Amino acid sequence: MSNEMIPDYEVAHGKSKAFYERYERKGELHHQTHYCPGCGHGNVSKMLARAIDELGIQDRTILINPVGCSVFGYYYFDVGNIQAAHGRAPAVATAVKRSRPDSVVVAYQGDGDLAAIGSGEILHAANRGENITVIFVNNGIYSMTGGQVAPTTLLGMKSLTTPQGRSVANEGYPLHVSELLATLEAPVLIERVGLGDAKQIVQATRAIKRAVENQVRGLGFSLIEVLSPCPTIWKMSALDAQHWVRDVMEKTFPLGVFCDRTKEAHPRLQPAPAPALAELPRILGVADDDLPEGHPYPGKRAEEVDLHVRVAGFGGQGVLLLGEVLAEAGLDAGLEVSWLPSYGPEMRSGTSNCHVRLSTKTIDSPLVVLPDVLVAMNEPSLRKFDDSVRPGGWVIYNGDTFPEDCKRKDVNVLALPFTDIAHELGDARVGNMVMLGALLEIANALPQTSIDAALGRLVKNPKWVALDERALERGRALLKESLLEV
Amino acid sequence: MHKQLMKGNEAIVRAAILAGCRGFYGYPITPASEITEVAALYMPQAGGVFLQAESEVAAINMLYGASSAGVRCMTASSGPGISLMQEGMSYMAGAELPCVIADITRGGPGLGNLGSEQSDYHQVVKGGGNGNYRTIVLAPHSAQEMADLTALSFELADRYRTPVVLLADGFIGQMMEPVEFPQTAVEPQLPDWAVAGTAASRGNLITSLHIENNELEAHVLKLEAKYKLAEEREVRAEEWYAEDAEIVLVGYGIVGRILKAVTAEARAAGINVGVLRPITLYPFPTRNFQRLANRARVFVVVEMSTGQLVEDVRLALNGIRPVEFLSRVGGNIPSHEDVLKFVQELARRYQPVLRPIEEQMAHV
Repeated sequence: MSNEMIPDYEVAHGKSKAFYERYERKGELHHQTHYCPGCGHGNVSKMLARAIDELGIQDRTILINPVGCSVFGYYYFDVGNIQAAHGRAPAVATAVKRSRPDSVVVAYQGDGDLAAIGSGEILHAANRGENITVIFVNNGIYSMTGGQVAPTTLLGMKSLTTPQGRSVANEGYPLHVSELLATLEAPVLIERVGLGDAKQIVQATRAIKRAVENQVRGLGFSLIEVLSPCPTIWKMSALDAQHWVRDVMEKTFPLGVFCDRTKEAHPRLQPAPAPALAELPRILGVADDDLPEGHPYPGKRAEEVDLHVRVAGFGGQGVLLLGEVLAEAGLDAGLEVSWLPSYGPEMRSGTSNCHVRLSTKTIDSPLVVLPDVLVAMNEPSLRKFDDSVRPGGWVIYNGDTFPEDCKRKDVNVLALPFTDIAHELGDARVGNMVMLGALLEIANALPQTSIDAALGRLVKNPKWVALDERALERGRALLKESLLEV
Repeated sequence: MHKQLMKGNEAIVRAAILAGCRGFYGYPITPASEITEVAALYMPQAGGVFLQAESEVAAINMLYGASSAGVRCMTASSGPGISLMQEGMSYMAGAELPCVIADITRGGPGLGNLGSEQSDYHQVVKGGGNGNYRTIVLAPHSAQEMADLTALSFELADRYRTPVVLLADGFIGQMMEPVEFPQTAVEPQLPDWAVAGTAASRGNLITSLHIENNELEAHVLKLEAKYKLAEEREVRAEEWYAEDAEIVLVGYGIVGRILKAVTAEARAAGINVGVLRPITLYPFPTRNFQRLANRARVFVVVEMSTGQLVEDVRLALNGIRPVEFLSRVGGNIPSHEDVLKFVQELARRYQPVLRPIEEQMAHV
């Protein structure tokens, strides 16, 4: 059917500026809405459009069109339009508003959308007190899909999915969204209005304007629930449907203001202004100027370094920190490094280990499968990784005696009660650093300046730095002593 | 030195902000949580928005909102959370909204475990939501690439107006390596299609709904043309000693690193091995496979899943070369030794040497 065949007519009371003159986004019938005769959406749309007009916010307004009969709001509203997934309008609106604080964001949702599939999103947007406006059109039924039960369907009411009528036993009681949300501390205005007669319509118009105005004033979350007729699905005449809202629906869903903090609400704080772009690398801690230069070996390094280390122990023994200091020192010394923590269920069960590689060449795999040095801080770790040590490599073991059955002829062992030694130094917790001292003496790949630099960067408390340095020195000495003994 | 030790997860957020990202909406999950935590720290300082959503469903729909408003935005999650985001990803692809989603994978199905798997390949690369759409997928294998590919993700997301997924395993997320960052930051721009609450953008509409059949068909074909363009232009892969390789090892993420180490050892033992590491999982580097097939006798896919990437490798080679498969799952990682043994065994099985395909063709 061509559009020309439909006679134009004058609308006596004029149309809100917030509506398009012609609904070009519609496939056909550009002068009329897709809503059924007697549907409440027409009224509610006019109320919203009028509020937008009166507040002078047409350019700033963004309408979130959800799934349901109101999905085509963008056919009519000459404002910014975003169509959202079913139920998710409050989440979408949240981010739109936070991204563009000067915009005025209205989520216009039906009861299937808001009260059923989107119950999580509306609850949390309300609880965060998002500075948005929600128009909640409640007609007690899923209309667009042809008339299935909604959380708001009245008891006893028949629908396609409650052919015998809604029962408490099967579907539970009608959900009172406004009452529920009014228990929250954040919302500024929650009100239920109706379209049941002219008086109710006047109040609804007023409420919707207030809900939008609250946002313009920066006050926070406002929701207006509108009891709205659906003559088509209810199978009533337009007039009967309207009266049914007033005479029947209102008994289950009483009209009224459930929360109004408009008077005491303060405009929400505006976010701090964004920093200059040039400041960002510094803010993020990645500005070259703020990063240490490092202490690479002068000139060409005499020998190639390719050190594979595995560190293992109980959580709390400083396994990961030992590895980090080693990697950080390697980086400082101009080496390629990688540090890979034990990862997975182990993380949560008290044991911990990490892989550290230091190399003059690009590191292929960060996984250490054949360690040159194994630092085993307890017996289970020794038993787990002892076999993996490269022949000719080292095992540094935290224990008085090395378990007989773990002894290998082809690896070197330094077994000492490192925790006790650390305790004598001042704190058992620096056992890891005593062991690291021994490791550094074995590896002989890093200048002391790099180790000092790494400690300085990773250990913030100077008291601990001093203790760690003593521990490292002790570890180096113990390794040297053990070599003399041999 | 201008490099610092950093976890891949931490590098992502810094790179994102430098790339102009000003919105992060997330929900915590191991092993991706550091990304959300670092974003919580830095995003407000950079003048952006950080919000921990009530669910992954809400988080992805917040991206939908932020992106609609013309803001570069991202989220991070892992397998189970990505599953919940699939609805939103389909909507964003349909509505042509750019965003970046970091998927730091873990074990599945269901709650699986916290260990690292590569079993999100199908749901991410093939698209887990409804409809005809693709997401561009980038797979970093180092902390540095976590930063670099994050920046690239934002570029691609805007260029193609589509969600881009950064797919990394837990190892790549948790590992610390030296990372360097660009010293200049990208200035956030307002795209002309955005709905920003301004007079200029008032006429804009963001929607994935096209109620008329012909209209939707035209829209889907437009999306498809966009994907085809990306397939032409955006393929990225790393070839590591692959040019003359008779056995080509294929893997991404942490596996790519293991394969490089194995290559060094196998070559030392006289086996002519190389690595082809897809960096874009979609678009898939099909041509790299076809070119290397001239020389290679066999392709070996090593994967921390029961066989997902391997399907795309078989499609790319379309039967012209055999494809062997080595897998570990459950949070286990294919060991260096296992891969090496597998390769040694293949080197025996695939003798005598087949002539390169051009030589075979020359005799036809």
